[in-house]
Parts: sequence; C-alpha cells; structure tokens
Amino acid sequence: MSHSHTKETDGPEVYFQYEDIEQQQETYLVGMWSFLVTEVMFFGALFLIYTLYRWKFHDDFYLVHEQLNWKMGGLNTLILLTSSFTVALAVHFAQKGNTKLQMRCLFATILCAFGFLAVKTFEYGAKIDHNLLPNHHFQYGHVEGEEEHHVESKWDKMLPSVLQVEKKEQHGNPQRARLFFSIYFTMTGLHGLHVIIGIICFTALMILIKIKSSLITDYVPTEMVGLYWHFVDLVWIFLYPLYYLIPK
Amino acid sequence: MSATVVGQSSAKPSEPKNYLNADHTLKSWLLSVDHKRIGVMYLIAVTFFFFIGSIAAAMIRYELTSPKGILLSSEVYNKTFSAHGILMVFQFLVVVVPAVLGNFLIPIMIGARDMAYPRLNLLSLYMFITGGFLILTSFVLGGVDAGWTFYVPLSTISETQISLCLVGIFITGFSSIFTAVNFIGTIHKMRAPGMTWYRLPLFIWSHYATAIVVILGTPVVAITLFLVVVERGFGFGIFSPELGGDPVLFQHLFWFYSHPAVYIMILPAFGIISEIISCFSRRPIFGYRFVAYSSLSIAFLGFLVWGHHMFLSSQSVLQGIIFSLISFILAVPSAVKVFNWTLTMVKGSVHFSTPMLYALGFMGLFVIGGLTGLYLASVDTDVHLTGTYFIVAHFHYVMVGGTILAYLGGIHFWWPKMFGRTYSEFWGRLSAMIIFIGFNLTFFPQFMVGYLGMPRRYHYYYFAPEWQFYHLLSTAGSTVLGFGFLLPALYLTYSLFKGKKAGPNPWNAKGLEWEYTSSPPITENFTQPILVTDSVYDYNPAEDSKMYEVDEEATVEDMNK
Ligand SMILES: [Cu+2]
Repeated sequence: MSHSHTKETDGPEVYFQYEDIEQQQETYLVGMWSFLVTEVMFFGALFLIYTLYRWKFHDDFYLVHEQLNWKMGGLNTLILLTSSFTVALAVHFAQKGNTKLQMRCLFATILCAFGFLAVKTFEYGAKIDHNLLPNHHFQYGHVEGEEEHHVESKWDKMLPSVLQVEKKEQHGNPQRARLFFSIYFTMTGLHGLHVIIGIICFTALMILIKIKSSLITDYVPTEMVGLYWHFVDLVWIFLYPLYYLIPK
Repeated sequence: MSATVVGQSSAKPSEPKNYLNADHTLKSWLLSVDHKRIGVMYLIAVTFFFFIGSIAAAMIRYELTSPKGILLSSEVYNKTFSAHGILMVFQFLVVVVPAVLGNFLIPIMIGARDMAYPRLNLLSLYMFITGGFLILTSFVLGGVDAGWTFYVPLSTISETQISLCLVGIFITGFSSIFTAVNFIGTIHKMRAPGMTWYRLPLFIWSHYATAIVVILGTPVVAITLFLVVVERGFGFGIFSPELGGDPVLFQHLFWFYSHPAVYIMILPAFGIISEIISCFSRRPIFGYRFVAYSSLSIAFLGFLVWGHHMFLSSQSVLQGIIFSLISFILAVPSAVKVFNWTLTMVKGSVHFSTPMLYALGFMGLFVIGGLTGLYLASVDTDVHLTGTYFIVAHFHYVMVGGTILAYLGGIHFWWPKMFGRTYSEFWGRLSAMIIFIGFNLTFFPQFMVGYLGMPRRYHYYYFAPEWQFYHLLSTAGSTVLGFGFLLPALYLTYSLFKGKKAGPNPWNAKGLEWEYTSSPPITENFTQPILVTDSVYDYNPAEDSKMYEVDEEATVEDMNK
C-alpha cells in the first residue's frame, strides 16, 4: 500500500487516509477496543453456557472438577500474570523509544506463552490418557467388570512432586462429567488457540521491529498486541477459578 | 450542504482521473485497498450469491405448484430451502447494503480519503468470498438439510455437509465483524473537521447502529455455530440432551444474534430511504434527531426480543409475555421512522424518480411486514401462526421487501456517482413497479395460505389441495419478481457502456458525495481537505420544485423514444 506524508513534519509516518499521527493512533485504538468487544461477546456466550450448566448441576460439577490439577492451573495463572507484566513493560519501553528493552520484554512474553502451552500439554495429555476427552472413548467412574478404575498416565508421572495432586475417585454422574469436560475442553481449547495467535502476533511484531519495517510507525502496534494479550490473560483469570476452584 | 474547500483550488486536468480509470490491471483491482473499488467488488460478489440463492428459490416455487410435489424428493427439497436460506441470509442480506453502499459511501459522506483500516477492509472482502466458497462447496458435496437456523440436535446428528457449511458461515461472520470494526473506527475518527455527529447524514447514523449490532451479536452466533461443529467433529456434547445439555439453549444463543440480524439487514436500508426521501422531496428530513435516535434504540431493543422466536419451546409463559411486550415496544422506533418519512414528503415537493419509487415501495412493504409482525409478537396468535407460511411471508416482507427494495433504490440513487453514467429512467421506473407488483403477488398469498395452515418447509400439501390456488399465485408472482430483478441487471450494465455522462450531481442532491466529488470520484475522493459548516440537508422545497419543470419535459421525451 502506498502511504504518503500529508505533513512535512518530523516524527512517525502517517498513512494516507489520516491527517496526522494523533488521528492515526486514536483510530487504531478505537478499532482494537471494538474488536475486543467482539471477543468479550465471543467468550461471553461460553461463560453463559458454563454458568447455566454449573447452576443446574452444581454437585456434579464439584465432584468432577476434582479431576483437574489445581496446582497446574495455578502455575499457569502465575505464568500469564507475569506475561501481562512483561507486555505492559514492553509497551512502556516502546513509548519511551527504548527498542532494546522493548524487544527483551516481548521475548519474555513469548517465553511465558510457550510455558503456558507446555503446562497445558501436560494437563491435556493426562486427561486424554485417563479417557476424559469427551468424545466416543470417554469413560468416567466405576466400570462394571473392572475391579478398580485405574489408568496410569506418563504425563502425571513426569511432573515434579510439588505439582502433583492427590488422585481423587471419579465420583458423580458420568453424563454430567462428559458435559463438564465438553465445555472445559472447548473453553480452554479456544483460550489456548488465542494464546497461539498471541505468540504469532508477538513474533511477527518482533520481526517487523527487527527489520525496521515501515509498518511499525510508533509504539501503537505494540500497544494493540498488548491489549489483545491482556484480554487473553483476563479470560484465563476467569477460567481458572471457574474450573479448578469450584467450592463445595 | 454548506461546506468550504480549504486551500487553493487546483486547475482541472483535461483527462479526468477517477478511481475506475486510475489503473486498469487486474491486480490493481484484486489488491486494491480503495474503499470504492472494494465496494464494487462486493457488488459483483453479492450479486453472484444472490443469483445462486434465487435459483434455489425458483426450484422451491416450482415444486410447490402441485399439491403432491413435482421434481424434488423430501430430502432434496430440504437441501434446496436450506441452500436458499443460508445463501440469502449470510451471503446476501446481512452484507449487501453495508458492504456495497456502506463501503463506497461512508468515507465520502464524512469527508475522509478512505476507510480507517483499508487493508482490513480488503481482508473482509476475501474472507467473505472464502466463506461463500466454502458454503457453496458444502452444497456441491451433498448439501445441508438443517435449514439456515441449524437447530440442534438435527444439525448435530444430520449426516450432511453441515460442518463445512458452518465453517464457511463462521468466516463470513468474521468478515462482517471486521467491516463493522472498520465502520466504527471510520465514523468515530475520520470525520472531516466540522462534521459533527448531528450534521452526519442519516445513512451514517444507521450504519453506525448496524456496526454496533454486528460487533455485539455476530460473535455470539459465531461461537454457537462453532459449538455445533465441535459437537460434530469431536463428539463433545454441549447442547446434547443425553448428557443433560439443553438444546433450547442453542436456540436462545442463535436468536440472540439472529433477531438483531434482522436489524443488521434493515437498519442500513433505513439509512438509504432517509437519503432518498429527503432528496426527492426536496426537504430536510423531518425530525432528524428522532430518526437518528430511533436507529440507536432499535439497535438496543433488538437485543431484548429474541425470545419471540421461541414461544413454542420450553421457555416459560412469563418469559414469553416479557419478550412479547418488548417486541411490541420495538415497533415504536420503526414507526417513528415511517412517520418521519411521511411527514418529510407531506411538506416537501415530491418527485417520482426511480430511486423514489423504490423508496415508496420499500415503505409499503415494510409497513405490511411490520404490522403482520405484531401478530407474531403476540403470544396467542403466534402459537397458531408459527411454523406456517404466515411467518415465511412476514419475514420476506421485512427482510427481502425491505432490504432489497432499499438496496435497489440506493443502487439507482448512487449509480451515477459510482460509475459516472445515468441509466434509462423509463426502464428504471418500470422495473421498480414490476418488482413491487411481483413481490406482493409472491408473498401476499402466502399470508393467506399460512393463516389457513400451510406449514413451512413442506414440499407437498396433498392433504389440502385447495391451497394450490394460493401457491400458483405465489409462483406466478415470483416469476414476475425474477423478471423484475433481471431488468436492472440488464439496463444498469448497459448504462455502464452507453449511458449518458452523469455529471457530479445529477439529482441536485445535498451531501459531500454529491457536492464535493466528481462522478466517479477520484481515488482520494476529494481534491482538497473539506471543512463542514452546516447541516447536510439544506434542501429548499419551494425553490427546488422549479427545477423539476425542466426535468419533467426531458423525461417525457425520454419515455417517448
Ligand atoms: Cu425476531
């Protein structure tokens, strides 16, 4: 796309459709916030579904949620909170024009995002081994003919002992358990997809900054990706207590 | 409108450049970020999808001419009406006005050089085409038989190409979200100096309200349809009753979007009608602020009435009554608009040009559609009428009669601006009247046969052969209607090559797009920055009526040819 200066002043380049840099920056942020409204409604529908089902089947949801590893969820919460901090710092340094520190903070954020996905892999792996992925192989609770329902998972064993939790019996209605895991996997899966999109955005941003692309006019692209990332964190801040910390 | 051009005026080049002749390569079109070129590409794309959807409609109408059915098996008939509904709703009605006229006009009307995010705009176009392509692929690979509403559990157990089709709709949905984000950014931040909110054309107000509905509603239907894909693809069970899930929850979420979707279709149409009525009545729109606010209140109230689609579900009676009440209240802002348009005409100097005929046709159909909606908003009459052809007739009057007539009116109004050529007034007026008559002949008998009990989605009615009379009327009407749609396609295309040069303002209309740009506009829209100093609609009926005297003679001559 062609973009020409409309004003002969110093400072960042302005795209042809804008009058000046302030207009460009404000317009970008209006667009980003509108998009985040969309994302809120997108996840909002899922939170609504969760709320209705938990309200209806509270006891079953309490019993089934004991299968989740609250320590792993907590670790992921910590990781994401850290990444929110590093991304805020990245925006700060971008505004100050300190590209070196900005890049380091962005890199730290990407590391956190990968850390989150690693923890999630352990969790998902163990759930799949225990036949808790709610597809046609789903199995929950006591099965007739078997003495005791006991499946080992290598994902559990690989965990350091601090992160292991005591194994709980699979109590509760197996049908409701499948419902629980259906929304659990859908919501955390979609959230994980957003984390992956975040990684792609951060990587692209770093490359564009590195090659001094004309697309990066100032700090606003960093702030936009940052806003997106804060939203992704925020979703997890709700997901964690809703799934891992259901009170009796 | 009063506005001044800031800066020195430059000498006009001898060969006028515009957005059409700026560059002729195919690449310059396909990769263009110019909102006007994107609007024109949308025009071609939606026309294509409308054509395919119309073929399905023709098959439906042909099948229903006999009480026993003629051509299609029940299964194929299900797939045919599903294809008709899906294409017409998601690939045509929801996008047509914002994507074609909105894209083309919004930046020009507010005095901007382009949309706020031109590349995002291009991405929207390609997502729209990709989504449509996937939907068509799903039809080719065997079709979809769950209707455009995709109610579970039918849509989760059906063995047709539903997943692929839903992925296509999902992508199209995000395309319209991106367009809406673009509109919001543009209207908020790209207005020319002096273009305050209350100086904005009403076309802009209604597109702003539409964009808000899109960013709030579309993600909800996107995730809901996504959950159906998840159920089908991975065997999860979120709406599945055997796990304790609630299929009615799907309906709630679906209609939370799909009722407002009606306003996504009709609000931009309202914007067009406001512009046309005030231009051809030579009068500022009566009660400008009321019309503007009614758009916003329709957008808001539209989110509170979805339950009127579910009076016959597990929804409680109390819920039903509340939804019914709010639905009645929603009729008020729509009526405000109709009354304001009428009063604009009463005090104005009305001239029946082609766009005005379409606008009047719109008002007629919208009033019939709106009033019959009240029967469906009331719980006890709805119990009798729901699931019959009464519903089919009602929503075709509102969505099709409303949106398509306004769209065609808008296309005829802005065609000289878009392509710099005028079309034949004679053929224009003739097509407007043929479409109005054909439409009523198609859908009015459906009210009657629906009231008598003809169920929708049936391809036979051997149990009541006396209904054949209404179906024959309806099919005859749809033939007239199809011919009516064909006419503009022909004479508008013809005008592109042989039409007279339009000049910047053939209607003597007000607004930045008419008064400050050439026809067609240049790529940057304006030669100089714009400063707006007064309201858009400074028409003067007493003076302006004189200009028709000359105009009438010319038209009579034109008709005699
Ligand atoms: Cu509705």
